[in-house]
Amino acid sequence: MEIPKSFLGYKRENGRAGTRNHVIILPVDDISNACAEAVANNIKGTIALPHSYGRLQFGADLELHFRTMIGTGKNPNVAAVIVIGIEPKWTKRIVDAIATTGKPVEGFSIEGVGDIDTIAKVSKKAQEFSMWSSEKQREECPMSDLWISVKCGESDTTSGLASNPTVGNLMDKLEPLGVHLCFGETSELTGAETVCEKRGKTPEAQAKFKKTWNDYNDFILREATDDLSESQPTAGNIAGGLTTIEEKAFGNFQKIGGCKFIDVLEPAEEPTKGAGLYFMDTSSAAAECVTLQAAGGFNIHLFPTGQGNIIGNPIEPVIKLTANPLTAKTMSEHIDVDVSKILSREMNLNQAGDELIKSTLRVANGRLTCAEALGHKEFVMTKLYRSA
Amino acid sequence: MSNTDIIIHDEKDNVGVVVIEKITPNQDCNCWIMENDKSVSIQSKDEIPLGHKIAMIDFNEGDTILKYGHDIGKVVKNIKKGEHVHVHNVKTKKW
Repeated sequence: MEIPKSFLGYKRENGRAGTRNHVIILPVDDISNACAEAVANNIKGTIALPHSYGRLQFGADLELHFRTMIGTGKNPNVAAVIVIGIEPKWTKRIVDAIATTGKPVEGFSIEGVGDIDTIAKVSKKAQEFSMWSSEKQREECPMSDLWISVKCGESDTTSGLASNPTVGNLMDKLEPLGVHLCFGETSELTGAETVCEKRGKTPEAQAKFKKTWNDYNDFILREATDDLSESQPTAGNIAGGLTTIEEKAFGNFQKIGGCKFIDVLEPAEEPTKGAGLYFMDTSSAAAECVTLQAAGGFNIHLFPTGQGNIIGNPIEPVIKLTANPLTAKTMSEHIDVDVSKILSREMNLNQAGDELIKSTLRVANGRLTCAEALGHKEFVMTKLYRSA
Repeated sequence: MSNTDIIIHDEKDNVGVVVIEKITPNQDCNCWIMENDKSVSIQSKDEIPLGHKIAMIDFNEGDTILKYGHDIGKVVKNIKKGEHVHVHNVKTKKW
């Protein structure tokens, strides 16, 4: 198949392009969720991103909170942003950082005003942003404007056999076109960590990966009360035939095809070394991982599943594929791309990779994913440790 | 081409994955090795559902399971060729 050279995206002020055109109402902290949700309810064409944290965090955990908030606002799938916090200082820090993209952003704080007047003020601004963004048109954008993140979930052995290698096939075909790519799931590379380390393009990237994996493994060994066999693999993984974390890891690893990663990113960190594959240090929990990748600036997500994970994200469309014929049948409303014919050998990996590229472009051009149509918008902050 | 019942990733692998709804005891199964596109056959001893693994050789306790050509865990209970390989007879070497 000849791969298309372009897709229809929303060009942003900073030169990036979005596959979506959201106006988001971003609460800085848990107690501002109510305001954000009230505004999103008042003003059509806006979406609130409630979450559970943002108070009394400190150190690396607080920095990650800011990085996730700011990165979410900066994501090119977002046209304009309203930030609401209980107090002005942290609100302003987020607003100022998002403003560097040149997109419309405004902050509001609730202290000394109260919810009701805040909601009234914010609603007026949100209406302005919503109506302004609704006039944005899709334009032709080069493939290199696609930033694709990947993460698998509710994996089973069909993931490693077929749906993950399908994603790997897509990566092999799109990497030469200057696409940014990102995989994560530090804990789920356990067993395949030395093989993965060798996929670093430079000695620096390899060393950074080794340190990242070692730190995560030390953390798990320190906190674990058993051998983690209740969590990794999950009950769903085991039902699907996966026996050990090593087996899951080698299956997981199929998603990057033959690509080599050029750098290792902190959670929610934006890549700065140009096009190519990046590894991001993330949890393997689906919503946490995709939230971090979206905050890193990725604008479309590929999610292979075996037993049927149903996750979505509020700003980054999540495309699901499965190679499990039972899942494709019993959970069809969640599956965007069915590659189960690989198992019956009626389809090969090359054909499956082409199908996935076609579906990815349709979604990039505006087709809703199953998760979007079903209203999945899981926005989950990663918390490193308890608050002060 | 006969139907494929079991797929084996790598020539070195000593387990295969069932890719039909299930295989039943004493079923003669066709196995396809992805790496070299060769076919082998095996007779099952257990009922094994879709996605679960079958032993391609006899294993003793302490032996290593190879899949994707790599070590994916240790045998904790002897396994006969054709039997179901899963959490009841294989454990991680990590954690």
